[in-house]
Amino acid sequence: MKGIDIAIVGLTALVMTATVAAATPAAATPSVSWKLFPDRPAEAQVTAGKADFMNSCAICHAAGADRPGTTSLQFKYGGRVPALLEQRTDLTVAAVKYFIRHGIAMMPSFRKTELSDAQVEAIANYLARKP
Amino acid sequence: MRLPPGSSVRDFASVLDAWRTIVGAAWVFTSDEDLDPYRDAYSPYFGEKEERIASAAVAPATVQEVQAVVRVANRHKIAIYTISTGKNLTYGGSAPAFSGSVVLDLKRMNRILDVSEGNASALVEPGVSYFDLYRHIRERNLKLWIDCPDPGWGSPLGNSLDHGAGYTSVPYRDHFDAHCGMEVVLADGDILRTGMGALPNSETWQQFKYGMGPSVDGLFAQSNFGIVTKMGFWLMPQPEAALVLNARAFHHDDGPRFIDTLIGLIYADLITSQTQIISPILHGPADAELGALVHAWDAGRAAGLDAYAARKGMPFWTAPFVLYGPEAVIRAKAAHITQEFSRIPGAVVGEDAFFKFPLTDEQVVTVIDKARIGIPSLAFFASRRAPDVPPLEGHIDFSPVVPMNGAKILEAMNLCTKTCQELGLMPLGGMPLFYHTRTACLIYAIPVGRDAAANKTARDGFSRLIEIAAARGWGEYRIHPGFMDQGARLYNFNDNALLRFHERLKDAVDPNGILSAGRYGIWPKHLRGAAR
Repeated sequence: MKGIDIAIVGLTALVMTATVAAATPAAATPSVSWKLFPDRPAEAQVTAGKADFMNSCAICHAAGADRPGTTSLQFKYGGRVPALLEQRTDLTVAAVKYFIRHGIAMMPSFRKTELSDAQVEAIANYLARKP
Repeated sequence: MRLPPGSSVRDFASVLDAWRTIVGAAWVFTSDEDLDPYRDAYSPYFGEKEERIASAAVAPATVQEVQAVVRVANRHKIAIYTISTGKNLTYGGSAPAFSGSVVLDLKRMNRILDVSEGNASALVEPGVSYFDLYRHIRERNLKLWIDCPDPGWGSPLGNSLDHGAGYTSVPYRDHFDAHCGMEVVLADGDILRTGMGALPNSETWQQFKYGMGPSVDGLFAQSNFGIVTKMGFWLMPQPEAALVLNARAFHHDDGPRFIDTLIGLIYADLITSQTQIISPILHGPADAELGALVHAWDAGRAAGLDAYAARKGMPFWTAPFVLYGPEAVIRAKAAHITQEFSRIPGAVVGEDAFFKFPLTDEQVVTVIDKARIGIPSLAFFASRRAPDVPPLEGHIDFSPVVPMNGAKILEAMNLCTKTCQELGLMPLGGMPLFYHTRTACLIYAIPVGRDAAANKTARDGFSRLIEIAAARGWGEYRIHPGFMDQGARLYNFNDNALLRFHERLKDAVDPNGILSAGRYGIWPKHLRGAAR
């Protein structure tokens, strides 16, 4: 019954969380690393891009079965590239900026009243950084 | 330069210049690059000529700027369409209902003006999101909860004005019902406050809804009679504890009794959170065998589905809900609720979680049933029909309101599900949900995306579904702009007397027809013929 219990809990409203959880291998979704609203990151030095990412993007793109950006990328790439954007090494500034302003799949576009050009630039540079 | 309908290049250029003077040049958008994000990402017409597109966007930061922008629009008879956070996806997003309108983007008006812990209320501007309000409360350790819909990036003000709903307790989860007082800019730039807000120096604007005289707040929801620039809300005092429960019954024919038991507990105020009927058999991911069984509507349907459920050890019906209050009280409630369900042979009530508040940061992240604990998220967008099916690109929701009765809810669910199957639609959901206190609402999320042929199937199917439902007396509680005219026409008692009244109001309060033309089927006089 354990599996069923989880499925039932996950089916809140139209949210088939359990379905997502079942479809996302545990190994591909590391344990939670960010707070839900990480306004004050633990690191002493944090770039503007990382702060903007955490404030505006992490709710979808952090780790966890309820983070639709991460689960969607896991489904799309099947682990060929990391589902977590912050672990990607193949992102370019131009690509990130394009996706923010134009959206992709279920992700809508973000207007200048939501994220300024400077914020988009900072997020793109943060995600396109090379380790 | 894109042009609003009926406007000349010269006239519109002068309007844009006037707006730049008011809000600053950086906040008037006219280029394709800047306007592309105003497209409705979940438009069922995406990329087709019927897609609603903005001609420009203007983003004031203050009420005074809104008034000035509106006065210019009114003088030049420019159609403007108001959005708050612009994330009302499934219901139009940040695109106008009337193509060519200028979007009045209120996202920059993002101030939380007041949160009163003592009176459990808030006053916010349109651009404040559920995330913002949650953050504000949590940072200050206030003993208050918000009630949020599925996505947390929406606006409490905007969601309320579109009759959105959430998951915590009555009366907070019916978001318009939970509002208390608003400030409205009218089409001529005049401004009013409703309820106690009309009394200067009142300290009860967010506590007493009525003030004196007619209550006009409802006129500004699902309409286009004014621009709401402030709105008050009642917030839920943080409970001592919450018990997350799940009722289960195991046979197809338990359905009516299971639902009626739940309804009895709702009417008795014993279950006050949002709840819903979820059948792992009818609503969950289906393998090939179950897929065939749910498409079979013959006399053997119930027996076949029951046999499948029994073999898999799955309950047929479930209902998740949460009890709020002191631990001793909710434990006693849970015992009574369990007893009520136990009258159905084999039915049980299981405890999924128990919380004491406030939650730790770790609990906030890990709690599963976030919405019923008042935590905003975007988890809905992770929804999928099955593990091997990609997430929806977008969706429009068929959501008929049906009577609060087990047999009637199942009749509606069966008819709507069967119709979806016949129309070739593959919606997500289809569960009866109890957002509102005296009705159920079925919600079928019908996929839309970037495939024009698939979108046409979705549109045609959606249109047919709302006609079939309306013929049975089940009307939509909310609808995508592409179907607002059809939806409004279905509420047609006495030759559409209600819509005709709305039009009389529109002509009186917005004679130039500049505000949000077409919203919920209400068109200004000069566009009415074309719309019909």
